Amino acid sequence: MKRLMSLGIVASTVLAFASPVLAQTVFVSTQLRPIEEATIVREELLQDVGDVDYVVEEPPQFAVRMEAERQAGTRTVSLVGALHGELSPLADRDSLEPLDELAKKLAAGGMPQSLLDLGKLGKSTQQYIPWMQATYVMAAKKEALQYLPAGADVNTLTYDQLIEWGKKMQEATGQPQIGFPAGPKGLMARYFQGYFYPSFTGGVVRTFQSSDAAAAWEQLKALWAYVNPNSTNYDFMQEPLAAGEVMVAWDHVARLKNAISAAPDDYVVFPAPAGPKGRGYMPVVAGLAIPKGAPDKDGATKIIEHLAAPDVQLLTASRVGFFPTLNVKLPEDLDPGVALLAGAVTATQASKDALISLLPVGLGDKGGEFNKVYMDSFQRIVLQNEPVADVLKAQGQTLAKLMTDTKAPCWAPDAKSDGPCPVE
Amino acid sequence: MTNNRSWIPYLLILPSVAFLALLFIVPLVQTIWLAFSDNGLPSSANAQRMMADINFTRSIKNTFLLTIAVVPVQLAIALAMGTMVAKVGRGRETILWVWTIPLGISDLAAGLVWLSILQNSGYFNSLLLGLGVIERQASWLSYQTPVALFFAIAVAEIWRGTAIVMVIIVAGLNQVPKEFKEAAEIFGAGPWTRFWRITLPLIRPALQSALILRTVLAFEVFAVVYALGGRNFPVLVGEAYNWQNQNQNYGVAAAYAVLIMIISLAATLIYLKAIKVDPERLP
Repeated sequence: MKRLMSLGIVASTVLAFASPVLAQTVFVSTQLRPIEEATIVREELLQDVGDVDYVVEEPPQFAVRMEAERQAGTRTVSLVGALHGELSPLADRDSLEPLDELAKKLAAGGMPQSLLDLGKLGKSTQQYIPWMQATYVMAAKKEALQYLPAGADVNTLTYDQLIEWGKKMQEATGQPQIGFPAGPKGLMARYFQGYFYPSFTGGVVRTFQSSDAAAAWEQLKALWAYVNPNSTNYDFMQEPLAAGEVMVAWDHVARLKNAISAAPDDYVVFPAPAGPKGRGYMPVVAGLAIPKGAPDKDGATKIIEHLAAPDVQLLTASRVGFFPTLNVKLPEDLDPGVALLAGAVTATQASKDALISLLPVGLGDKGGEFNKVYMDSFQRIVLQNEPVADVLKAQGQTLAKLMTDTKAPCWAPDAKSDGPCPVE
Repeated sequence: MTNNRSWIPYLLILPSVAFLALLFIVPLVQTIWLAFSDNGLPSSANAQRMMADINFTRSIKNTFLLTIAVVPVQLAIALAMGTMVAKVGRGRETILWVWTIPLGISDLAAGLVWLSILQNSGYFNSLLLGLGVIERQASWLSYQTPVALFFAIAVAEIWRGTAIVMVIIVAGLNQVPKEFKEAAEIFGAGPWTRFWRITLPLIRPALQSALILRTVLAFEVFAVVYALGGRNFPVLVGEAYNWQNQNQNYGVAAAYAVLIMIISLAATLIYLKAIKVDPERLP
């Protein structure tokens, strides 16, 4: 009896290991990670494209995994989906397959050339295919609108009006009602790089310590008097908005979506305010790329074509709130929350003073330290009340060293540079 | 015969030594090298970068303040709990079981529990609001309320970390022979004298282990602080995490790790010197 049992155990173990390995295309993504979104990807977006293993990975682990596979020379991943900035270090190490033919095909199918060019990551060949896009907007509870300063329109808000609005809300409710995601996992650094600096100085790196920048920080200090002090703990603004801790917030559309989709009638969504140099805004692009040496290149190409098809792009928009990279019209029956967000995105792009600010390129794995320059300046100037000029000078030196070390040339809205982007 | 087998003890401990070397010494050496090298050459650039960072001094100050505030309180509470439970006959196991519940909760979960109590819309504010003590939700965890934030983190740490101290002390108390106390009682020693003169000296080894363990853990405090304080209350391990994870600079993160190790080792040495344990009482 005993012998029979051990024999059975051995047999089942052998069977378990010997079962045929399925020819799966491994698709690793840093986007659409929450379990609900990953399920939507597996069960809806990736239907009918063969056998795909959709694996999600946190951005730092993603970078480590890709680098480990590159060094080991054995790839298990056939397709990666990640943000522009996360794919950039991979392209710098020359570990992505050029996708020019695919890009040509998609351009003919209605993908804007400007967006496709982003996917070159500053190289001569196509490094990734734009998969979906998003941006940052502001959301407000409708009850906050009654405190809007006279003559102000949320869709063409200026910083002066936002400060005035914050002041009125605080006077009426007794509490600061504006919120920013300045917590440990919040995207506040993007606010500085894509919104604050471009709006006030017309640049991000070149103008870092200019007199415009100094004036801008003073303006932010004035605004911060009406910002909820818990902001330095907020990671996603949907929670404080839904909990009623703040009435007005700035954040990434995907990080506002849950609150707005849950109660679309309670909110207005609108573009970020404009400064003296225009209305800065930062489009976020997630892309699909094939690592060099991928085990299933054909399968990966097929998945990219599938995800870039108009109907799948629309499905992505309505199910997970990221917008298409194709020029397609959003359907009428879109989730009302997503429709509100989409409206704000369109309003931003269409506003006359819109000033596009791209995600940093060419910084390699120094993206985190680049963010730190802005966050440290914020911490020192706004939270610790240090003299603006001193902080900008010190942080400007750090920034300048970072740019020379990485040799990253300027990106929009900074004027083009030969060699590393200078801090003027 | 015995001479021929003198190698057996070494053979028996060999697997554990190899295991430790592989999983502890190798990463340790790698970390030290990572901290003190730059592009493959020895360099102090990472250490300098660490010390020049705006959060460096604050994180050292916060970590030490927290350790100084938390460890003695935990020890006192644990001693009180241990001596109290020693008098209990029936139900002792149940009481101990309830007291050790925080041990079974992960650091981060403990932080989140306290976050749900102390955040703006949390239980504490609701209670104060209900009682009419405050007119509107107060924030306790923001950068504008550093004292309240420190207090909140200390309370959460005490709640979470006292159980382990208590377990060690209860184990120590169990080893104190009853005869000593009975003899002291016969000679007329009061409860305080008995505690100071008999119990405390006899549980020295337990006290030493508890203090070393708790202090080292206090220097490594992270998840509770991360949940409650976020960016507002930088601590050493939190900075190591930020440099590794967000700034993607492994060198500076390793420098922090080495610093934490040095501080922990120093604390351990101080305890070993300060609380001497008789050699015959060592295991």
